[in-house]
Amino acid sequence: MNQIQNLTKGFIKENPVLAQLLGLCPTLGVTTSAFNGLGMGLATTFVLVSSNLVVSLVKNFIPDKVRIPSFIVIIASFVTVVELVMQGFVPALFDQLGLFIPLIVVNCIVLGRAEAFASKNTVASSVIDGLGMGLGFSMALTILGALREILGSGALFGFKFIPGEMILVFVLAPGAFIGLGYLIALTRKLNK
Amino acid sequence: MAAKRESTFVNMLSTLLVITLVAAFTLGSVYNLTKEPIALAKQKKLEEAIRMVLPEFERLEAIKIKSDREEDSLQFFVAYQADTVIGVAINTFSNKGFSGEVRIMVSFAPDGTIYNTSVLDHKETPGLGDKMQKNKSDWSNQFNGMNPVSYRLKVVKDGGDVDAITAATISSRAFTDAVQHAYDTFLTYQKEN
Repeated sequence: MNQIQNLTKGFIKENPVLAQLLGLCPTLGVTTSAFNGLGMGLATTFVLVSSNLVVSLVKNFIPDKVRIPSFIVIIASFVTVVELVMQGFVPALFDQLGLFIPLIVVNCIVLGRAEAFASKNTVASSVIDGLGMGLGFSMALTILGALREILGSGALFGFKFIPGEMILVFVLAPGAFIGLGYLIALTRKLNK
Repeated sequence: MAAKRESTFVNMLSTLLVITLVAAFTLGSVYNLTKEPIALAKQKKLEEAIRMVLPEFERLEAIKIKSDREEDSLQFFVAYQADTVIGVAINTFSNKGFSGEVRIMVSFAPDGTIYNTSVLDHKETPGLGDKMQKNKSDWSNQFNGMNPVSYRLKVVKDGGDVDAITAATISSRAFTDAVQHAYDTFLTYQKEN
């Protein structure tokens, strides 16, 4: 597989949310608006790239039986670094996303890529894989967030363009399930 | 590719030890680096809220007044202009929110009229309950200039005078409750002074 395929496979073909159905908890939870989806996606991308990089660097050093605890410690450290840095230097963004950052630790996409890809591939491929998967995740979350924001509050990225009341259920949890269902169906159609 | 290290007891132990040590060291240094900016950011947010809810003041005095509702006390910021009290900002909260604590800053004029409000921290539903924030909607402006002596601090559904946010009655209730909490404590403060 060449590196370009390695990067783009995360968008549609192996999209972590829409094709692999991983990390659904943050997907359903944070996508009340396009901005939240994008922010969560980019924070996850940073953690994915960093953890893939480190895991592929130390993969020969870690004995098989303790690889999962080792990966989790590495991932959790990166997440905490992101949280502290964001809180200290971009408090405006932290106000919006602060609640969701610790959730990245339990996002199985990050552990999944460390286990399935970074622990078996070279450093360069692992970083590209992390980047592709992270961007695919961001894309899925932004689309779902935009869909829910438009249908639920008649706005996009906070700019209201449809006046009046919209379909309330799309802002609440059921809207996330409904929207995600249609997006997954669409991805399946594209992958056929 | 070098061979993987075997899963012997010593290997596993040393690996985990090294990884956790490196992680602990990294986190410790990042924490130290960001400790000051985080404290500054929080302080700035608080100061902005105080400045937003109070009229121009010369001197600010921070005191703690025991609240009759909770074990904890509420933080009062008394604003002085030429040695007269012109307003009191209160850092108040309610636990009746849709998802946890709602923390707001409320200010009263010396006669007990609500001067202004500002949301400090909440976890309400984005798109619904977050309309209590000034930058999302002007819902919270209805409190301004009201005196709780005649203005019943309850949402209309509960027989009060506060119009609730559409589809976020619980969040509106929590906000109103936090104002009530502040007002009760404000009365205690007035009795003492």
